[in-house]
Order: sequence, then C-alpha cells, then structure tokens
Amino acid sequence: MRQYIDFYNSQRDNISAHSSQLMNSHRAEALEVVERVPLPRKGSENYEVSDLPAMFAPDFGINVNRVDIPIDVADTFRCDVPNLSTHIYFLLNDAFRAGKSSGVSMPSGVIVDSLCRASQLYPDLVGQYYNTIAPHDNAQVALNTLLAQDGVFVYIPDGVVLDKPLQFVNIFNSAKPLMGNRRWLIVMGRDSNARLLLCDHTQNKECEFLNNQVMEVVLGENATLDIYDIEESSSLTGRVSSLWARQATGSNLLVNGITLVNGTTRNDMSVDIVGEHCETHLLGMAICNEHQVIDNHTFIAHNTPRCTSNELFKYVLDDEARGAFTGKILVKKGADKVEAYQSNKNVLASELAKVHTKPQLEIYNDDVRCSHGATVGQLDKNALFYMQARGISLSEARMLLMQAFMSDVIAEVRLESLRDRLRHLVEKRFYGQLALCRDCAASCHDKINHI
Amino acid sequence: MLEIKNLHATIEGKEILKGINLVVRPGEVHAIMGPNGSGKSTLSAVLTGNPAYTVTGGEVTFYGKDLLAMSPEDRSHEGLFLSFQYPVEIPGVSMVNFMRAAINEKRKYFGKEPLSATEFLKLMREKRAIVELDNKLASRSVNEGFSGGEKKRNEIFQMAVLEPKLSILDETDSGLDIDALRIVAGGVNKLKTENNATIVITHYQRLLDYIKPDFVHVLYKGKIVMTGGPELALTLEEKGYDWIKQAEEQRIENGK
Repeated sequence: MRQYIDFYNSQRDNISAHSSQLMNSHRAEALEVVERVPLPRKGSENYEVSDLPAMFAPDFGINVNRVDIPIDVADTFRCDVPNLSTHIYFLLNDAFRAGKSSGVSMPSGVIVDSLCRASQLYPDLVGQYYNTIAPHDNAQVALNTLLAQDGVFVYIPDGVVLDKPLQFVNIFNSAKPLMGNRRWLIVMGRDSNARLLLCDHTQNKECEFLNNQVMEVVLGENATLDIYDIEESSSLTGRVSSLWARQATGSNLLVNGITLVNGTTRNDMSVDIVGEHCETHLLGMAICNEHQVIDNHTFIAHNTPRCTSNELFKYVLDDEARGAFTGKILVKKGADKVEAYQSNKNVLASELAKVHTKPQLEIYNDDVRCSHGATVGQLDKNALFYMQARGISLSEARMLLMQAFMSDVIAEVRLESLRDRLRHLVEKRFYGQLALCRDCAASCHDKINHI
Repeated sequence: MLEIKNLHATIEGKEILKGINLVVRPGEVHAIMGPNGSGKSTLSAVLTGNPAYTVTGGEVTFYGKDLLAMSPEDRSHEGLFLSFQYPVEIPGVSMVNFMRAAINEKRKYFGKEPLSATEFLKLMREKRAIVELDNKLASRSVNEGFSGGEKKRNEIFQMAVLEPKLSILDETDSGLDIDALRIVAGGVNKLKTENNATIVITHYQRLLDYIKPDFVHVLYKGKIVMTGGPELALTLEEKGYDWIKQAEEQRIENGK
C-alpha cells in the first residue's frame, strides 16, 4: 500500500491534471482511508483464497499521464455474438473510447461516455452519485478513488428502454506491468431498462496486469438492469472488482459474473435494497484450471419488505485451481415477506483443486422465506460410466457433465442470443478453444489450456 | 463371438465371480438366471468394463480380441451393449446431445465423418418408433424424470441406434408393467438378427415368454452351476432355486 501512497504523493498534480475536478475532489479523503485501512490479507474473514496485499504488491506502473498505449481494436473489432447487435465501447487499460458506430440511433438523453469527460460536461448529474454508493472506509474502494482518472459513465433517463445492449470491451495491453483503476458509474432512471455486456481481455499475456475496479450502480424506481461480466483475461492478470448497487422500489437487478480465463480474481457484489418489491439476481460461474483463483463475495441487505433475491454460484475447478464463495444475506427487522435464496455448488475435477464456501443468512425477522446451501463434489462416476458404455470417451463424458453442471447458471441469462453464445463459449472453454469473438484483434483464445 | 474362460472378479476386495465359463455365438439368445447376489449384474458390469470391479483371473475374448484390455467406450464401439438395470439420470445433458456424441464417437472410431443434422434426426425418428418412445423425451435430459418404463424403453432405443452385436439386458423386466414389458421385449425381438446375440439376465421366467432363449444358465455363488434349454427356466419358475442350491452344496460337500 505504501508504494501507492508514495506514488500518489509524488504524482498528485499529474493525476489531477489528467482527470476531472469532480473526481479530484474525492482524493483527499480517499488518501486518508488508504493510509489508515489495510487491504485484507488472505485468511482474514471472507478472504479465504485471495490475498489483496500480495495482489497489489508487484511494482505496477500507472498510466498517469494518459499516454496513448496503442491498441488497435476500435477499427478492427467486430463482435461475433450472433443476432446480438450492441452499442460497443472500449476501455483500453483504463481509458474510455467509443467505437466507430457507438451511439448511432441511441435514444435521446442516454449518456454513455468517459467518466472523466462526463463529470466535466454534467458535473451535477455525475456529482449526485459519484462515490456515494461505494463505502468510503473500504481500502480497495479508496485506492480506486485515489488513483482513478477515468472510467465509464452510463446514464439511462427515466422511461428509456434500450433495446440494444451496451457492450464494453475492456482490454489490457502494455509492455510493462500495469495497474488500471477502472471506475464505473451506472445510473438507471425511473422505469428505465438496459443490459450491459462486459468483456475483460488481456492482449499481452506475458505481462502482469491488475484491474482494480469499482462499479457503482443506482437503480431508480422500476428500473431493470442486467450486467453480464465475462472475464477472459490471462494467467498473469489480477482482478479486484467491487460492485456496489442500490435498488429503489420495484427495481430489478441481475449481475452475472462469468470467469473463464483469469489469474487471480476477487469479485465483490454488494446490493443495498432500499425499496419494496425489488428483485435481485446475483449469479456467477467459474471454470478454472492450472493455478487460477476465483473468489466471489456477495452481500445483500434486505432493508425493506416484499423483495426477492436469488443467488447462484457454480464453479468447476481442475488442476490446482482455488475457489472461494462467501456470501451473506441480511434481512433486517421490518423486512417482511422477503424471499432470499443462496446457493453455491462446486465440482472439483482433480485431486488438488480446492474450494472454500461459506453461505450465510442473517435474519432479524420471522415472516420470511430464506434458504442457503453449498455443495462440493466430483463428477458423477455412474453417469461417466453410463456414457462410456454408450461409446462416449471418458474425456468427452467429463466435458458433457461439466457443461451440464453450468447449464442452470446459463439458463438465468435473460438475453436469448447471449445465452446461446455463452453456452457455446463455455463449451469452447472446456475444450480449450476459446473464441469469444473470432474477429477480435485481442485474439484472446490463444494459449488457453485444456481443462 | 464371445468367449469367457474361468473369469474371476472382485469388488472392494470381495470375490463375486469365481470362474465363469460361457460361449455365445451369433444368432443365439442366452438367459442367465439365479438367486439374488449370485453375480449376475457383476458379470454384465465386468463385461462392459465398469471400473468399480477388478478382474482377478481368466480371460474374455470378443471376436477374437481381448475384451478386458479395452476401455468401456471401445467395447461399445466393437459392438457390446448393456441395457442397464438402473439407467443413470444425467441432469443437464440432453438426450439429443448424448445420442449425437455416442453415434459420432462410434463413427470416428471407424474413421467415418459425423452424421449431418438431417441424417441424425432421421435416424432418431426411425429408431424411436421401434420402442414407441415419445418425441418429447428427446428434448429432455438423459433419463431425468423418466418413468421406470420410459427408462427401459430408452435403453432399447439406444440399443436400436447403436446396433450392437452382443446385447446384455440386465433385469430389463424389473419395474415394468405388462404393457411396457411387451413393448420392450417387442423392441428387442425386432432388433434380433442371425448375426447378433443377446444375453438376458433375469430373475423371472416372465420376460422369457417374450424373448425366447436358446440356452438358460443358472448362476450361483459366482459360477454357472447348470445349463439347459428353455425348459430349465420353466422348472426354475416352478421349483425355485433351492434345489439348485442344495445340489450345489451337496456337490461341494462330496468334492471335499
């Protein structure tokens, strides 16, 4: 941590000069937090497998002066998700860039822009929400607030329904180890509806990267938002990402984190439900092998009556992969008629793979329906033999069972074309031939080992 | 086609098969009967290569090849089929994907291209008719939520698709009502040719009214203790297994 404090102190002016007044105005307080609050170590509560101090320890560079690191994607990238036409944008390391035709035929009033620019163009709108949802006493959030210079701002005005999903292709590329402090602010107006598809890629697979990301999400009354967050990075890419959402009455939030290729990933999803009749779906799946690490942590606070939340996280871990799931649902006094379900299921496909799981419910109310559970198991031996007896090879039978295991998480995807595409992606991942987008210049499908 | 010589096998260290000898030729139907725990299902599991069992002695050849040296999938490709006593439910794997994988792996084994989607669907349609299997089941997960009768019909459907040379029907009649039994047995009979053979493992004579055996073997304590024609099954139905048990105990006694 010290290195980033020293770095900030020496680069303070440069950081500010290449950001906005609004983002700069939060740095002093963030510095105070970073100096006081340590990053959680491995072994501390809810950090069973990921070690944040170790993830931040390497001497990462930060592109303070916003030097344009060439990533030639905007012109060549064409997404290959069939029947899925999107508004496409890029985060190159941590710099926002719109695609050639991004925003064409976008409903009026919708803003999808660089957070830095948006906070200069619409300081009141951005200022109303920026750094108000994420907690201030959290070291990871504070570090992001301290160092982030740009990111993404999405604003969907009241009553606007976006037919086309917004797609963000987030690419790391650099010749030297680099940390990106990506900051997202997503504001959904009353009765608005949008779907976000995020794809994390890493171009230079020989280089270490750290994505220190914070997302703040605000859902107005009756707003509906889906976020599909696919990580397909590299074994040397670390990701510490926290999502903080607040839901007003009648809103509907779905977050699905899909970890296909990564190094070490820590995802936090935290949802504060402050209105009645809300729906919250937190989903996740991870397919990890070699030394991949996946660590998902969720927290849902039910403050209000008559809301429903549903959590489903599934992992397949092979080789020496490590996984953890820690989740907590808090049902406060007065939050009557809440239904909350939480489930984490894991398959360990090798002797050395390990998973830690801790589903938790904390209920201060009688009139609720809640359940939580976790399973850890191997592939069903009887099913494997049954398939072999029909001529299906053991490796193919394992593939079919592992894909089948993931099918209910995929079934929760509320966008049909993406659902089909994801099924295909998962299949490819298991067969060791990933190709999210055939034409993607990032060519992330190279060098992915067979699980 | 199948020659079993002095086969011994164990599960978790316990010897179940204690010297099985059996020869099956093309066109023949063999029934294997015997009391509970005599080793009938173990024999079918060992022949198909279930890894839960260990072969501790003897040999098995299938068309002259060493069957025991082959993987379960290669045994299937070579023409061996087991209709499971308890077909396994596989949630999340659709019947269509399962059958496509099975067919195409077999084709690959013989150096053939995968079937086209149209050819595949046509084949499914054709074979489903043999056991009157509902089209709706095709879109479901393998055996998941199938009734007992549907599971057994599904086994015979798979047999029809894979066209094995030797089929082992392990207690295919268990859990079937008369109508389902007639359909399943009818399916087996439709698939019968002079080039393939069937081993029927059963407790009861009932199934043998529908599938006529050429030979009936009685398995007891891991050995075939008696072999006869179809009439042996009728005798067993009438007299039970006790007389065979007694005769065997007597034989062991005398042998001492």
